[in-house]
Amino acid sequence: MSEIAPEAVAEQVTPGTPDAKSEVGRARRRTEDARLITGRTTWTDNIQLPGLLHVAFLRSPISHARIGRIDAEAARARPGVIAVFTGADLADEQGSLPCAWPVTDDMVLPDHPPIAVDEVRYVGEPVAVVVARDRYAAVDALEAVDVDYEPLPAVVDMERAVEEGADLVHADKGTNKSYTWVFEAGEPDAAFRDAPVVIERRYVQQRLIPTAMEPRAVVCSAVGDEYTLWSATQIPHILRLMLATVTGIPEHRLRVVAPDVGGGFGSKLQVYGEEVVCLLLARRLGRPVKWTESRSEGNMAVHHGRDQIQRLSLAADRDGRIRGLKVDLLADMGAYLMLVTPGVPLLGAFMFNGIYKMDAYSFTCTGVFTNKTPTDAYRGAGRPEATFGIERLMDELANELGLDPIEVRRRNWIRHEEFPYDTISGLTYDSGNYEAATEKALRLFEYDKLRAEQADRRDRGDPVQLGIGVSTFTEMCGLAPSRVLGSLSYGAGGWEHASVRVLPSGKVEVVTGSSAHGQGHETAWAQIAADRLGVPFEDVRVLHGDTSVSPKGMDTYGSRSLAVGGVALFNACDKVIDKARRMAAHLLEADEGDIEFSGGSFAVKGVPGQARTLQEVALAAFAAHDLPEGFEPSLDSEATHDPENFSFPHGTHLCAAEVDTETGFVKLRSYVAVDDVGKVVNPLIVEGQVHGGLAQGIAQALYEEAVYDDDGNLTTTTMADYLVPSAADLPTFTTDRTETPATTNPLGVKGVGEAGTIASTPAVVNAIVDALRPYGVDDVPMPCTPERVWRALTEARRGAAPPGGSPEPGAGGGLGSAGGAA
Amino acid sequence: MPRVSVEVDGVRYDDDVEPRLLLAHYLRDRLGKVGTPIGCDTSNCGACTVLMDGLSVKSCSVLAVQADGHEITTIEGLGDGRNLHPMQRAFHEEHALQCGYCTPGMIMASLDLLRENADPSDEEIRAGLEGNLCRCTGYQNIVRAVRRAANDMRQSDQAEEAHR
Repeated sequence: MSEIAPEAVAEQVTPGTPDAKSEVGRARRRTEDARLITGRTTWTDNIQLPGLLHVAFLRSPISHARIGRIDAEAARARPGVIAVFTGADLADEQGSLPCAWPVTDDMVLPDHPPIAVDEVRYVGEPVAVVVARDRYAAVDALEAVDVDYEPLPAVVDMERAVEEGADLVHADKGTNKSYTWVFEAGEPDAAFRDAPVVIERRYVQQRLIPTAMEPRAVVCSAVGDEYTLWSATQIPHILRLMLATVTGIPEHRLRVVAPDVGGGFGSKLQVYGEEVVCLLLARRLGRPVKWTESRSEGNMAVHHGRDQIQRLSLAADRDGRIRGLKVDLLADMGAYLMLVTPGVPLLGAFMFNGIYKMDAYSFTCTGVFTNKTPTDAYRGAGRPEATFGIERLMDELANELGLDPIEVRRRNWIRHEEFPYDTISGLTYDSGNYEAATEKALRLFEYDKLRAEQADRRDRGDPVQLGIGVSTFTEMCGLAPSRVLGSLSYGAGGWEHASVRVLPSGKVEVVTGSSAHGQGHETAWAQIAADRLGVPFEDVRVLHGDTSVSPKGMDTYGSRSLAVGGVALFNACDKVIDKARRMAAHLLEADEGDIEFSGGSFAVKGVPGQARTLQEVALAAFAAHDLPEGFEPSLDSEATHDPENFSFPHGTHLCAAEVDTETGFVKLRSYVAVDDVGKVVNPLIVEGQVHGGLAQGIAQALYEEAVYDDDGNLTTTTMADYLVPSAADLPTFTTDRTETPATTNPLGVKGVGEAGTIASTPAVVNAIVDALRPYGVDDVPMPCTPERVWRALTEARRGAAPPGGSPEPGAGGGLGSAGGAA
Repeated sequence: MPRVSVEVDGVRYDDDVEPRLLLAHYLRDRLGKVGTPIGCDTSNCGACTVLMDGLSVKSCSVLAVQADGHEITTIEGLGDGRNLHPMQRAFHEEHALQCGYCTPGMIMASLDLLRENADPSDEEIRAGLEGNLCRCTGYQNIVRAVRRAANDMRQSDQAEEAHR
């Protein structure tokens, strides 16, 4: 039980400073806050340019239809309207939106025009675009565009969509299956043959709407052949390349800027049609344009997340040891494949085995087209779905065997002395200590005390039952080793770039290819550089998010920024030091091998007083009067880091839920999260990431669902229907850490951005099921609204599901529940 | 078009506005007060919260004409980066923001919360901020920040009274 960090951040305790001189590990307040708390932020919608025109999109109100005649004359005639274009008007130049991840050779990849030309395939798909003098005039004109739709059958249900003779989303493709991807290790059939225990379950990962607080927005200007596009995006670099590819505008004529971006959670890891169209409009009209979506527009048109049907079988021995696991997924692609749509569920292929050892494993995933908004990355992207599946199964296994859920995990998890460990799904976990994290979590949670209270409530027949949910998770992040991405047919690499400029005055500019949108890189990167270069934190400025300032990068998603981008920065700093050491040796007339660097100063070994600071060396390099032979007059350096492995944060999350058996209402009584994210650069930022991650994972368990009716209408288009939790809906979290450094990068860091979301959903659902186990309940579909909890109880009390099955209750949100097809 | 006279962050503006123009758009598009962002169109998220005569309103659910004759305070009128309001400082100190998009509204709503209750419990803070959504923080540090600001503001009120 070693490696528990003494400075671990306990609830209510100000994170400590391990070393007064060290920036890394210090709970620095964030630099970026200064503009955010005073309203001096540059959101994309804040940008004003001379002659700026406003854009609005007309969107399909029908989930599947052939487009007949579109009459835009009345709209064009309205005051203040500059132009109206349909898909047909732009057909020659709008191209097809990219999918960068052809997961199989025979993957069905339909064309995806930014504005529909012949057919619409989901509610919210653009059919025309209006450009007007202001946003009100643009929206007014939408109502004057007349579109004839010839309705086609809506494909809404994934299981029906893959049946023989089903209606088709893309008739010309002859199937609703985009691909089937298979992975197998060991001998699954042998593992299941004669297995004393086999658990089979069907779980549904409901569809979610990422809901970054800042709606999407795009501003685009064209000056001659030079284009600048500002977008609320996570991926300015990828976007630049993809926009160039789609539109034919040469990459070097296109600058993409991600100014202040108000959250993403994967939803802004995309190349959106609106971005392409704004670029085309600026080119056609020769004037700058702005588009800002409304929330109800965004709920239909921002890509959604999750949406899987999981059929899982787990074989085990009577002592609880897992023999094998079979996973069969249907994953809803929506109507089109967007940037990484098909790959998202496949990230789960490597994570269904979790932290456990087993002899055999099989994974099959079929991507299915439906007449719904396309899905793509949402915080965790494939890993929350997998973690939910295995962590729910572990609780089911414990129940089947009459074991404590912690004990059944203990019998199967990789012990800390077994690292590095090659998992059944082919990854090598470099480090971890599941025992330490679990022990700490149990202590903070007061596990035994809560179990005693649970027993007491059961004995008393208390209408409010207590449930305890366990989730011992790991995840793969720090996306990603390029060779692995290549082996998975992804279209690009997973490196990251950083450069460090030492200015003549000794101040430092760090340029990073990571693109923060709330993560605090301006602070954390300055901490890394300050430590490595031995300069004051205040002397470092971090630049990012503009392809003309930061020309190389792979951007921010997949908890990759620190583990890949932070390491690139670390390496670039080392190159600066190497150059400066040579220069210092020259200035000090010493042998380079005798120069020691520490605390920002180069000293001659054994000669006190003989030293030059980095700032002095930088000025001397700038002046360039006296350089070593062949020395370029600059200390500036850059590094591109390609990780050798993923990073594997892990942790133990425990949730106590009070479930009212009369009303179905669930109240989270306590939540303990002990996470191991390796070395920590800024404990304040890490704790914040965990909090926010927990909130989103808990929201999936209890509140959120994108609900479609049988005709493919999204009924949760507003925040009144799609329930993003408020402060009143969430508990106070108890967070703590263990610290097992990653061994595959010099900082020892792992990612943290997605951990909370990945871990928390099964912890909550396990707690609810645990509370209701005595009533015969072994599952509650998510989100576990009072209605669904009550129905699960009622059906279990009846002893069996009613004949023919009851209509599944919808999400909790107001009208969103009406007729909801779950 | 109706004419309005509105004082925003200490400056008076007289403008002709469309009757349907939302206060949020008046602030952002007409006055260039873009410190107040818009996060939804159903008055759920609270990102656009400002104070009207000291009381919090969601500026997306107020018409510019309704602001006629009233005083509006936005996040930009609260502090200038050098002299922060205790609430702004508390949000910074407690790391109560990540992307910061909800922050202006969250800060303005928190001020109104403390106007009604100068010493709220955690639960009262959570209930009081129910109309302001944040997607990044899980709210825990926001609750801490409001508590901290409440303490600071009460102490400075007491100090002021003692000074008299």
